[in-house]
Amino acid sequence: MSLLDIAGLSASLGRKTVLDRVSLAIGAGECVGLIGPNGAGKSTLLRAVLGLVPHDGTISLTGQAPASLAPDEMARRIAYLPQEREIAWPVSVERIVGLGRMPHGTGAREPDDADRRIILEAMRAMDVAGLAGRRATELSGGETARVLIARALAQRAPLLLADEPTAGLDPAHQIACMRVFSDLAKDGASVLVCLHDLGLAARWCTRLVLMAEGRIIADGPPAHVLTPDRLAEVYGIRAFIGAAEGGMVLQPLDVLVGRDAV
Amino acid sequence: MSGTAGYRMLLAGLALATAVLFALSLTVGPAGISLSDSLDALVFGNGGAAGHDADTRAAMVLVMREIRLPRALLGLGIGASLGLSGAVLQGLLRNPLAEPGLLGVSASASLGAVLAIYTGLSALFPLALPLAALAGAVAAVIVVQAMAQGGGTLTIILAGVAVTSFAAAMTSLALNLSPNPFAALEIVFWMLGSLDDRSMTHVWLAGPFILAGCAMLARCGRALDALTLGHDAARSLGIDLARVRLFAILGTASAVGAATAVAGAIGFVGLVVPHLMRPLVGAVPSRLLPASALGGAAMVLAADIAVRVIAPGRDLKLGVLTAIVGAPFFLWLVYRSRREPA
Repeated sequence: MSLLDIAGLSASLGRKTVLDRVSLAIGAGECVGLIGPNGAGKSTLLRAVLGLVPHDGTISLTGQAPASLAPDEMARRIAYLPQEREIAWPVSVERIVGLGRMPHGTGAREPDDADRRIILEAMRAMDVAGLAGRRATELSGGETARVLIARALAQRAPLLLADEPTAGLDPAHQIACMRVFSDLAKDGASVLVCLHDLGLAARWCTRLVLMAEGRIIADGPPAHVLTPDRLAEVYGIRAFIGAAEGGMVLQPLDVLVGRDAV
Repeated sequence: MSGTAGYRMLLAGLALATAVLFALSLTVGPAGISLSDSLDALVFGNGGAAGHDADTRAAMVLVMREIRLPRALLGLGIGASLGLSGAVLQGLLRNPLAEPGLLGVSASASLGAVLAIYTGLSALFPLALPLAALAGAVAAVIVVQAMAQGGGTLTIILAGVAVTSFAAAMTSLALNLSPNPFAALEIVFWMLGSLDDRSMTHVWLAGPFILAGCAMLARCGRALDALTLGHDAARSLGIDLARVRLFAILGTASAVGAATAVAGAIGFVGLVVPHLMRPLVGAVPSRLLPASALGGAAMVLAADIAVRVIAPGRDLKLGVLTAIVGAPFFLWLVYRSRREPA
C-alpha cells in the first residue's frame, strides 16, 4: 500500500481548471521531485492533498481518507512547508521550529526533553541552531527559509510536502536541504518536493513527476523524465545534460524561440 | 524552554498589580472611607469597630457593596475583556492594528444603547440600555460571522469596517434627529465611556457574558501560535481555522459587547495593551493572552482610579482618559518600533 495515493484529482480556482484528473502514488522511501513550469498546478496539488483547496477525486493516506482523520492525526502524518514565508510576530527561532511539535501535544504543554532534542536536531540539520535565540522576523530571506524547513522537519511526519524549499538559499544550503530530504527518504519517509531548479531535481530526487497545465506529463527516474524533447515541449528551453559522480547533471542553457520551439 | 520562568514572573507581577489596583479602586471615592474601614464594611458588613455610629456604618456598607464593589468588578472584567480580545484579534488577523472595535461590535453596541436613550426606553426601565446594547453587539456579530464563512481574514476586516461605519452613521442620525438637547447630551455622555454609578445589577448583567466571552477567547492560544506561520501552515499543523474564527468572533462579541453595554466605548485599551505586553512575552501569541487580560484589567482599573483622583466631582469620563493617554502612548510605541525593527 502506498503512503500517498491520489486518483483522478481535479481542482479549479475560479473558472480555471488547475488540476485535471491527476493520479499519483508515492511509496515509503521515495524522494519525489514535482517539477513543471509556473502555473502547472504543483502547489495546488500539494494543497489539495492537505485539504486546503476544494477538489474532486480521491486521496488516501495509507488507505485512509484524510477527511476521516482528526486534524492532529493528519498533522502527525503530513508535514507541509508552504511557499509563504511570512512570520507574523518577532518570536524566537527556537519557538518557530518548536511549532513543528504542536501536533505531538506541545501548545497544550511546554516541550519536553524529547521535543527539545528533535527541535535541536532539526535546527542543526538546517544550520540554524546558532540562530535559536534570534527573533525570527529579523533574519535574512535565506535564513528564514531554513528556519521554516527546520520547522517542517521537527514535525517528524512520515510524509513531507515541501513547496519550493530551496528558493532563495545559497548553493551550500540548497544542497544541505536536498541531502536532508534524500536522507529522510532513505530512512523510510516519503518526500514530495516542488522544485524549479532542474539541476537539484535531477541530482537529488529518485523520481521526478513533470506537470504542465494541470496534468502529469511524465513520471519516472530523472533521466527518463528530463529528456531534451520534453524540456523543449514543456519548458521551451534547451539544456546541457550530462553525468558526474554517479548522478545526472542538468544545466538549462537558453530559451527556444520561434521555429526552434517544438 | 527558556523564558518560562520569566513568563511566570511576569504573570505573577501583573496579577499582583491588578489585585493592588482592585483594592485601591475600592478605597478611592468622595465618601472618604479609610482603607481598613472600607474593607471591613465590604467583607464583614460592619464599617470599622469603633468611632462610628450605626447609621455611618450602614452607609459605609452601602457605599462599598453597592457603589464601589460593582465599579471595581466592572473595571476588572471590562479591562480583561478588552485586553484579551485585542490580543486574540491581533493574533487571528496577524495584524498588530487589530482591536476589539474592529469587528463592529463596539459601534453596534453603542448604537443599541443610543437607540434605547433616543426612544426613551432607557428612561422607562434602566436595564433597557445595556440590553439594547447587547442586542446591537449580537446583530454585528451575526453579520460579521456570516461574511466570514467562506471568506478570509480580509473579509472579516472589511465586514467589520462596514458594520462600524453603518452603526456610526445610525448613531449620528439618532443625534441628528434627537427629540431634545438633553437626550442628545445623554447620548454623547454615554458614548464617552464611564464606570460611574454602575450597580451590582450591571455586574450580574454583563458578568456572565464577559466570563463566557473570555473563556472562548482564552481557548484560542494554541491556534494563534500556529497562525504565526500563516493560514496554510496553521491548518497543516492541525488547526481548525473556522472554529478559531468562530471562537474569536463570538468571544469578542460576548465579552466586549457586554463591556460596551454597561460602560460605553472605552478606546485604546484593546489596541495598546497587547503592544505593551508583546515584548515582555517574547511575542508568543498564546502567552500574550493571559498577559493582555491582566494588563487590560490593570490599565482600566488604574484609569478609573485616575478619573476619580484627577478631577473629583467633575465627572471626567473613563473613555476620554484612556484615549487621551492611550493615543500618544501608542504613537510612541509606533515610533520606537520604527527605530528598532519589530
